[in-house]
Amino acid sequence: MQRSVLVVLGALLAAFLALPVIALFATATFADLSNGLRHPLVWPALRLSLLTTSISTTTAVLLGTPLAWTLATARGRVFGLLETLFQVPIVVPPAVAGIALLLAFGRRGLITSALCPDGCSITFTTGAVVLAELFVSAPFFVQAATSAFRRVDSQLVLVAQTFGASPLRVFFRVAIPLALPGLVAGAAMSWARALGEFGATLMFAGNLEGRTQTLPLAIYTALEADLRAAQALSIGLVIVALALLLFVRATLRGSRAPWEAPP
Amino acid sequence: MTFHHSNRSRVPFALRAFILALLAFSTACKKTEAPAPAQAKAETLVVFAAASLRESFAALGEDFKRTHTGLQITFNFAGTQELRTQVEQGAAVDAFASADQRHMQELVRAGHLADPTTFARNEPVLVVSREAASSIHALADLAAAQRIVIGTPEVPIGRYTLQILDRAVPSLGADFRSKVEAHVLSRELNVRQVLTKVKLGEAQAGIVYRTDALTTPELTVVPIAPDINVIAEYPIAVAVKAPHPSMGREWVAYVRSAAGQATLARAGFLPPVSSP
Repeated sequence: MQRSVLVVLGALLAAFLALPVIALFATATFADLSNGLRHPLVWPALRLSLLTTSISTTTAVLLGTPLAWTLATARGRVFGLLETLFQVPIVVPPAVAGIALLLAFGRRGLITSALCPDGCSITFTTGAVVLAELFVSAPFFVQAATSAFRRVDSQLVLVAQTFGASPLRVFFRVAIPLALPGLVAGAAMSWARALGEFGATLMFAGNLEGRTQTLPLAIYTALEADLRAAQALSIGLVIVALALLLFVRATLRGSRAPWEAPP
Repeated sequence: MTFHHSNRSRVPFALRAFILALLAFSTACKKTEAPAPAQAKAETLVVFAAASLRESFAALGEDFKRTHTGLQITFNFAGTQELRTQVEQGAAVDAFASADQRHMQELVRAGHLADPTTFARNEPVLVVSREAASSIHALADLAAAQRIVIGTPEVPIGRYTLQILDRAVPSLGADFRSKVEAHVLSRELNVRQVLTKVKLGEAQAGIVYRTDALTTPELTVVPIAPDINVIAEYPIAVAVKAPHPSMGREWVAYVRSAAGQATLARAGFLPPVSSP
């Protein structure tokens, strides 16, 4: 009886989360879908989305892993404050993130005059799309990676250090292998957020086919003219995202961490 | 783990719970379908309006409430396409003000709205950033600009922009449109985004409505010659299934009244062309 209360509550949320996705698929006919996939905006946008999210997620992992390790192992109030600060991009509305990026890296931005006095700017380029995605998605990776590193048994780190392993060796040979499932899950989450990124990209990179128009922007552009086409594009985005998340899940299953092993 | 059930019983159990949840959900739905209780004294007029009408309609709403005690007005300001989708999906609305004729005609044809009437017009203008103000004095100078931002053709301002570029061809040269389009850095999804990009100096120039340009005094406004310009017409109509149809009609009349027109004119709107 007590368990059924939990299941009912859980089922309510499950139904709420599933119904809109089901509706997205159920209300589209096959003809809608094939028309949508032949929409001229689709393929350039899909290609651009895959390219930019690959770069932004790789950057988030390469730079975010050392940051997360530092945050997880450092002591002191300052680092706790920093950790909170790095989560700000998660809570601010994406359009605000876009404005912030413009104020920092835009043509009249905080650091632009120092970097490039002639008045160059990264705005409206594919690079700007990558920066926007990195800004809103990297915090997800850093957060997940920090918790993964915190769960690494400090005894094991201590043992490695006692045997004379250098800090870098401890990081690469002990911490990363032990935290790997958490890191992969964090990277997947961060990648998914980057793929769906809309507001900051529109603000900071604009909307130009082939250069800055990612799939979410193409969907929004199509929505202005034709709900059906937008729906077909959305289905495409959901399928791409599902495929990649399932792939990550399958990879994770192969390498369970000790604490996730069944009893 | 002590609360593990055997796998055999878990699936049907979860299914039962799910059906239970659905049942609870459907009963909740039934309740809302029951006839609404008699209207309380306070009425709420629901007005959907194009985003460009935000400031003027909010001001008009305050005045309208002063003459209608107890009345509440809920505004929904968004892009006309977005509002149209909401109406098509069954949103409860009393009055609908559109930023272009096409969306209004579609909604009338589909039987959602009736008897539209034009209440204002809005004139596209060129806005120029601080840095470019010395080099762009007329539409013709756009051909030499390096960073231009316009609306995407799917939204009204983008459609008007392309029409304006085409209509400029006889006077400004056959390659005018292609010269301008070669330096378009972004096709924004709404007119406010165009304005923001010019305001921040990211773009040198953009085409927006006169009413948008008036909200940003630091930008230089360059008018577009009337023989080239395409003026946007704003129609308004009462919903066929309006919850408060008479109040909706009063709102439309108020927007078209002298007082309403004065408020709209202050925001930069032109009066509708008076019908003969």
